[in-house]
Amino acid sequence: MTAPAATATTPVPAGHVLAGRGASLRIEGLTMDYGRTRAVDDVHLECAGGEFLALLGPSGSGKTSVLMSIAGFETPSAGDIWVDGKRVTDLPPYRRDIGIVFQSYALFPHLSVSANVAFPLRMRGIAKADLAAEVEAALDLVQLREHAHKLPAQLSGGQQQRVAIARAIVFRPKLLLMDEPLGALDRRLREDLQVEIKRLQQRLNATIVYVTHDQDEAMLMADRIAVMRGGRLEQVGAPEALFERPVNAFVADFIGQTNLLPATVSTRTGDTCRVAIAGGRAVSVPLPADSNGVPGSPLKVALRPERLRIATAPPSLGDYLEGTIHDALYAGGQRLYVVAIAPDCLLKVRAIADVHTRPLARGTRVALTWDRAHVQAFPAD
Amino acid sequence: MSINPPSLPPSPLRAARTAAPVSTRGARFAAPRRTLAGGLYRPAFLALLLAPLGIVYVAAFVYPIGAFLLESVWTKEGLSLANYARLVDQPLYVTILLRTFRIGLYVTLICLVLAYPLAYWLTRLRGLPFSLAVACILLPLWTSVLVRTYAWAVLLRHGGIVNSALLSLGLINEPLTLLYTEFAVLVAMVHILLPFMVLPIYSSLRGIPRDLGRAAQSLGARPAREFLHVVLPLSLPGVVGGCVMVFVIAIGYFITPALLGGPRMLLVSTLINQQVTSVLNWSFGGALGATLLAAALLSIVLLRMLMGAASRWIAEG
Repeated sequence: MTAPAATATTPVPAGHVLAGRGASLRIEGLTMDYGRTRAVDDVHLECAGGEFLALLGPSGSGKTSVLMSIAGFETPSAGDIWVDGKRVTDLPPYRRDIGIVFQSYALFPHLSVSANVAFPLRMRGIAKADLAAEVEAALDLVQLREHAHKLPAQLSGGQQQRVAIARAIVFRPKLLLMDEPLGALDRRLREDLQVEIKRLQQRLNATIVYVTHDQDEAMLMADRIAVMRGGRLEQVGAPEALFERPVNAFVADFIGQTNLLPATVSTRTGDTCRVAIAGGRAVSVPLPADSNGVPGSPLKVALRPERLRIATAPPSLGDYLEGTIHDALYAGGQRLYVVAIAPDCLLKVRAIADVHTRPLARGTRVALTWDRAHVQAFPAD
Repeated sequence: MSINPPSLPPSPLRAARTAAPVSTRGARFAAPRRTLAGGLYRPAFLALLLAPLGIVYVAAFVYPIGAFLLESVWTKEGLSLANYARLVDQPLYVTILLRTFRIGLYVTLICLVLAYPLAYWLTRLRGLPFSLAVACILLPLWTSVLVRTYAWAVLLRHGGIVNSALLSLGLINEPLTLLYTEFAVLVAMVHILLPFMVLPIYSSLRGIPRDLGRAAQSLGARPAREFLHVVLPLSLPGVVGGCVMVFVIAIGYFITPALLGGPRMLLVSTLINQQVTSVLNWSFGGALGATLLAAALLSIVLLRMLMGAASRWIAEG
């Protein structure tokens, strides 16, 4: 398997045969039951035309069920789906004009690359003579024109997925759904294709709903991310908003990494409160929205590893945590320290590692500090 | 990562058969040299392991059949094609040959028409209903062919269930002659050979990933066109496999034509039996056997060529 050549950036002119305007998507109260289990629970979601929305969640979170009901392969138990203001809930899949890219590629193995790409056009009754130009344009977009007469099995995994993408955009669908399209590819290839898909989406001004369990992929590609867990929508927002202001401990830990420290409220002053963290240190945190801050109530304090500063001496001013280095790992340009602030309470800290910094040895006493804007607290589950 | 070695000409249906849903999985199968046996055992030891089967095969199959076939060209006057000339010259034998192939063709076509929907329906079943359906299809295979053939004789005879049912319904006034006709042979052979058509078609239908159907629908294919453009072409290897199997077995079938066809329905197999056991003309029997074998091989080659051409034609849309 060879990695594809770096993407040539021939911009698609505004009047390109495949350029269109992505449709908007609205999902209202989507609920899906399989027997007794509720796979999707009252999901509301909106997606503007031309937007790249990622559905992110662990396996079994219901993200694929949402995608499959948008496509029309699964019937919701309740709720409605609108595409471009038109209700499509009861339309069969072949009437929805939605392109789908599957993790398994789902290329027709008995058809050549060009016949695969021509398939949706033929299903729409376009004459053979007329569709050649559009098939070529679509294959050009994914740089596979020279492979047009091969069979899918003769292509590498990355090339097959690019054929699948060409096939899904050639009929100018209103909406493009992608179900973990890069899940079967190795990491290098995946990163190349992430950039390629993103660029394609911007050039075609397409609306994409993209299912993934890879938070890095979602962050890198999406305009907005919808985080799902157990069939419910936990939070929807821009990648940065999700990273900086997660609404709960699950999102905080699922988007990036977070140290979640059990703590107890000591005192409350307006929107902030002093809490005692394991090991006895008192720190100030903003009061979580759905918590009353009664002294003695439990909280979880969230501190991201990359937002912690590590020093050998405590600061003269402000909050800090004290501990000893439990483990020090080198992670290429960064050092990952595991710091014990109490016997059963470990924190991860990421620190820049360059030729000027020397690693801290195991057992060193350290103080951890942070910017006040970078600490958050969530109600304990 | 190519599943076919690059030197081979691309065969669409071979690719279709080997293409795994996720191609990285296919790559593992592409390296047969690293299989357990290939890595552990030397070729000489492998040959030793295969030797018993080889000896039995040569002694019990290759030698007797070879000798029988050789008999057809090796006459008292030396090497001669007199037996084959006789086969072509006598109108009776030509009639029997044509009748054999016609019945083989009819049985194959009827089995195909009956088996395809059945196999398709099987792919939709899960759990207990699936097990029951498979049991119903396989059960006939586990009962004696003789029993099943006599059962048809009982059903189809003058005072049998079929005739008495038709009589009591008033559809006919006197019993139909069903037994010892081509009809009786066809019905019983279709019944006996149906599993050989169902199973290969089922297995090729079962191998079509669900995502392909979904992809076809999302690309605008209604169910009928999804079937025509995706399911049908991908099930062709199973169809061809089933047709070859049923046709080859049918043209050489003995018990059923012998018991249900009667003397007016001689087929090649019953004729061979007659030549060898009654007339004791082994050499003419050998010529008939060789003809049957050649016809079977020819039908396989023709069907494969047809499939190759069809798949190349399909691949380009």
